[in-house]
Amino acid sequence: MVLVLALGDLHIPHRASDLPAKFKSMLVPGKIQHIICTGNLCIKEVHDYLKSLCPDMHITRGEYDEDARYPETKTLTIGQFKLGLCHGHQVIPWGDLDSLAMLQRQLDVDILVTGHTHQFKAYKHEGGVVINPGSATGAYSSITYDVNPSFVLMDIDGLRVVVYVYELIDGEVKVDKIDFKKTATTQSAS
Amino acid sequence: MIGDGIEDEEKWLAEGIAGLQQNAFYMHRALDSNNLRDALKYSAQMLSELRTSRLSPHKYYELYMRAFDELRKLEMFFKEETKRGCSVIDLYELVQHAGNILPRLYLLCTVGSVYIKSKEAPAKDVLKDLVEMCRGIQHPVRGLFLRSYLSQVSRDKLPDIGSEYEGDADTVMDAVEFVLQNFTEMNKLWVRMQHQGPAREKEKREKERNELRDLVGKNLHVLSQIEGVDLDMYKDTVLPRILEQVVNCKDEIAQYYLMDCIIQVFPDEYHLQTLETLLGSCPQLQATVDIKTVLSQLMDRLSNYAASSGEALPEFLQVEAFAKLSNSIGKVIEAQVDMPVVGAISLYVSLLTFTLRVHPDRLDYVDQVLSACVKKLSSKAKLEDSKATKQIVALLSAPLEKYNDIGIALKLSNYPRVMDHLDSGTNKVMAVVIIQSIMKNNTCISTADKVDALFELIKGLIKDLDGTPVEELDEEDFKEEQSSVARLIHMLHNDDPEEMLKIICTVKKHILTGGPQRLPFTVPPLIFSALKLVRRLQGQDGDVVGEDQAATPKKIFQLLHQTIEALLSVPAPELALRLYLQCAEAANDCDLEPVAYEFFTQAFILYEEEVADSKAQVTAIHLIIGTLQRMNVFGVENRDTLTHKATGYSAKLLKKPDQCRAVYACSHLFWLDDQEGLKDGERVLLCLKRALRIANAAQQMASATRGSGGPVTLFVEILNKYLYFFEKGNPQITSTAIQGLVELINTEMQSDTTTSDPSADAFFSSTLRYIEFQKQKGGTMGEKYEPIKV
Repeated sequence: MVLVLALGDLHIPHRASDLPAKFKSMLVPGKIQHIICTGNLCIKEVHDYLKSLCPDMHITRGEYDEDARYPETKTLTIGQFKLGLCHGHQVIPWGDLDSLAMLQRQLDVDILVTGHTHQFKAYKHEGGVVINPGSATGAYSSITYDVNPSFVLMDIDGLRVVVYVYELIDGEVKVDKIDFKKTATTQSAS
Repeated sequence: MIGDGIEDEEKWLAEGIAGLQQNAFYMHRALDSNNLRDALKYSAQMLSELRTSRLSPHKYYELYMRAFDELRKLEMFFKEETKRGCSVIDLYELVQHAGNILPRLYLLCTVGSVYIKSKEAPAKDVLKDLVEMCRGIQHPVRGLFLRSYLSQVSRDKLPDIGSEYEGDADTVMDAVEFVLQNFTEMNKLWVRMQHQGPAREKEKREKERNELRDLVGKNLHVLSQIEGVDLDMYKDTVLPRILEQVVNCKDEIAQYYLMDCIIQVFPDEYHLQTLETLLGSCPQLQATVDIKTVLSQLMDRLSNYAASSGEALPEFLQVEAFAKLSNSIGKVIEAQVDMPVVGAISLYVSLLTFTLRVHPDRLDYVDQVLSACVKKLSSKAKLEDSKATKQIVALLSAPLEKYNDIGIALKLSNYPRVMDHLDSGTNKVMAVVIIQSIMKNNTCISTADKVDALFELIKGLIKDLDGTPVEELDEEDFKEEQSSVARLIHMLHNDDPEEMLKIICTVKKHILTGGPQRLPFTVPPLIFSALKLVRRLQGQDGDVVGEDQAATPKKIFQLLHQTIEALLSVPAPELALRLYLQCAEAANDCDLEPVAYEFFTQAFILYEEEVADSKAQVTAIHLIIGTLQRMNVFGVENRDTLTHKATGYSAKLLKKPDQCRAVYACSHLFWLDDQEGLKDGERVLLCLKRALRIANAAQQMASATRGSGGPVTLFVEILNKYLYFFEKGNPQITSTAIQGLVELINTEMQSDTTTSDPSADAFFSSTLRYIEFQKQKGGTMGEKYEPIKV
């Protein structure tokens, strides 16, 4: 069992002062094996904070990140799953599922994680999953109105992944769960 | 030499103990055989060992304790003697025959104790006699121990209220008188020690004196234990008499110790009721006495007292504790001209702590303390003493920690004035502390006036003060400071749009003074704060609110425009471009076409004139296309102009693959799913064909320069775009065209010149799988895909 924290679009300090306190108290060091972050952190302090939760971090570059070394896309393998990571401002139209599916085919991944729209989304799609963890700070977005802070925890166990979505709604943390099983033949046409 | 000294002392002590034990042995024998004469003889010889002047107080104490134990036995014997019929008065006379004065007085005290117990004479007479007789010993160490012995044996025999020794002639007043007299004499002996012996041994002497101080202090403890010392007696007799001795002895060590002792041993309510007297003596103490510690202790105790009992508060008010303390501190500072600034400030810190604990509701008191502090600091513009600076930070932090609300500090008119005296480094530290306090407590600053005051307070972070150039600062520190300011801007909020706009204007006024290094940090949060306000207003109908209303999206857009413009001088074109695009989209949502067009124009100008780096251009063009794709406010003409420009920029990117990708992305500008009028299949196809031509060119360039094929992946990407529009029902995208593209890619991949690219292969196979998947889905989509053979 591997726990993967997926989050992005924090936009600190441009659009939010900090992560919600309730999230901070949930995210403690030592529980998470990998962090995947879609980008727009935007400053080093936030990078350092995430690193303190888990040193194994994978970050792609958002259009507001000061650190120019983050790559545009990244792929990694966790357990039986191949994961792809991209901020998403490069995929036009923004947040469009069909266009994201193309990126998923291009990166040839089971799970594609992107951000930019600040809206949590998780689709099962042609035998793969496309996830947008939303904005961890609930930052203002020109695309999404009334953004709620959210992030995603993925529990990867063999061929199964359980996606937990944590959303802060009116001061309360709401958790949703999406189950996804990869069949051995997922990548074939059948 | 020093080693020898210590060894000698050990030797002398051992000799003293040996002599003492030997005589004690004979004394015991005499006691066993009821031989009074021998008992007195040997006990006097035993006590003669205490006549030594060679021992340090520490060693002397060891010897004294052994003698003390022996004297307890002797006292028991005397008591039994009186039971056997020996008159205690005779005994009292008899012991005075001892040859030396010191043994004589020890014996006298011992018998005296029995005498009082026998009640054959009033306790007060015996006590008075003893305390007078002890004057016979003027050697400080010997005298202090003798009197300490007297104090010890008489403790339980004082004519206190309720005690068995209280009687017709004996009153508690006599008990108090006795202890006070013994105290006074002991203190005199103790002070005299300072002036005996060579000057070079001053340090050693002070160390020895400190070892003896508790013998003197013990008397105060005894006084505090006397039941009959009630508030009135404490106020009228005890305290004035003690203070008289303290002030008159003019000795630094004694004054400091005894003041502290008074504060520690007597009850807090007494202090509260005698504040004036106690504080009145402070300015009369020697200038070198550490009064600030004494006063701090007092204020500490009083505030604990206030905290422990809620009923005490009226008492504090009734005696005007704050005014008296404040007054006294002022006098002490005035009297001690040489007191370093840090001392004065730490006194104010203690007073402030007291105020915050006892009178948390009295902000005027807090401000008074700060005002007094400003007065003290006013002689110098900036404080240079680092210890004093630390105290100032403590002073300024205390109200923040107490109230957890910066709003309170903003009401204190002297708060910023104290801050002004800090050097610019510390001023910034303090500003960061203030911001952290706001963050930690999640304090919302909700009016423009408060925001103005707050920015005044943290101005050290907002702009360059007195010519400390930013370049000299550590870059990382600077970034952190400015980030904290940026975070702060999100805490300035009011639900009322009018007030919120005022807040935004106030913030703008302050941050625009920050100069080119700060603006990239402070402008974005302000822009987003304003955009949030725009969104709040956007639902409202402009006509309903009326034209005289200040907070309209239009006005806010003007402000946004000016603010982003400030970034141009930095220069920060990439950031400004992003912010212009954000504003354009917000204007779109407000249905303000000209405004949106203007923002786009600004973004395009920046792109053309300022964004030179090719990688930055790629990101910028994606943001431009992505934003433009979402705009629906534009009429045909404006839209054409902008899309034409965007497509033009795309085709002019430096690298062919970047060109190709940007151009196929532009195809989305001509096909908006939810807008019927915006589905121009032909222009979509033109874009895709253009992208294909660029991919071809890239291919050829690669084989010309590297002798190998270029990135097939571009063709696969374009194929996917074809599929996208095919599914969306663009009539220009036919299954034949797709079929052709698939075959083209197949050929390319099998071509000898093409270097194998596993990721492109995987991309192509997953695309083919997708086509297969769609075919097998059945329904209209399946039918649509049917003609395509893979």
